[in-house]
Amino acid sequence: MSRVAAVTGAARGIGLAIARELMADGWSVAACDILEDPLRQRAEELGEAFRPFVLDVTDEDQVGKTAREIRDSMGPVTGLVNNAGITRDTLMMRMGRADWDAVINVNLTGAFLMSKALSRGMMRARSGSIVNISSVVALLGGAGQVNYAASKAGLLGLTRSLCRELGARGIRVNAIAPGFIETEMTAELPEEVREGYAERIPLGRMGTPENVAGAVRFLLSDDSQYISGVVLPVDGGLTT
Amino acid sequence: MSLENRVSDIIVNKLAVKRSEVKPEADFQNDLGADSLDLVELMMDFEDSFGLKISDEEAGKLATVGDVVNYLKEKGVEV
Repeated sequence: MSRVAAVTGAARGIGLAIARELMADGWSVAACDILEDPLRQRAEELGEAFRPFVLDVTDEDQVGKTAREIRDSMGPVTGLVNNAGITRDTLMMRMGRADWDAVINVNLTGAFLMSKALSRGMMRARSGSIVNISSVVALLGGAGQVNYAASKAGLLGLTRSLCRELGARGIRVNAIAPGFIETEMTAELPEEVREGYAERIPLGRMGTPENVAGAVRFLLSDDSQYISGVVLPVDGGLTT
Repeated sequence: MSLENRVSDIIVNKLAVKRSEVKPEADFQNDLGADSLDLVELMMDFEDSFGLKISDEEAGKLATVGDVVNYLKEKGVEV
């Protein structure tokens, strides 16, 4: 029986690359996303090991129900990648409460709810690995992104605290802080922001979703058995 | 099987202690070696097994095996 990992936001972008990478590494992936059409389409393309679950990670009841469905249909879940994320960029002076709440709810509360729902099975199994997809803006800040940066910095606190809470049960919890990665999300960033980042990247190029996926595969694998509570930048050196 | 025995089963299973140690007066943390995470898991196992919800406030008062048995009886749990 293959290992089972749940990946949120798996229909496109970094989440999709993570799902593919984990499948190539022998995992069965519970692919969760709120975007039903692209998710179903990916499921048709990618076959058996990519199981689609339409899910709003901010809905606690749905998260609990989906966690049970995944376990019942695929087996015990020992990997979780909290990747689902949205942006509502604008300068704080123009940011509405709704923009703040939406981003915090999906990016931070969603990760909390998923971790809570799936960690119980990992505790039973005495084994598990959770990877939270944060961002370099958690470390650097980002003008026009107070909501996004706060949510991604919040994930680091969640990561380190869960690392301490669950370590005694053999569960590792880590975060990845991707830098400037070419996705639909970053395509929306203002040109000046994109150029500003590119100039400051020691490796001199933007990253790909696959660059992030490789780091996730590592942190879910036994190769990282003694690594927990870390924040791993995958940013071409941007934060150095 | 009696309520006491079902509760004992769950405790023996979760905390990996001997059945002879699971006496009514046994304290989960001081006598049975449970840590805070064990306690949380234990309460969740009781919830699943007996189909009820134990609030954090209530759980905080359940220190011994006997506390749990009495609590379940008060809640009208039938075996």
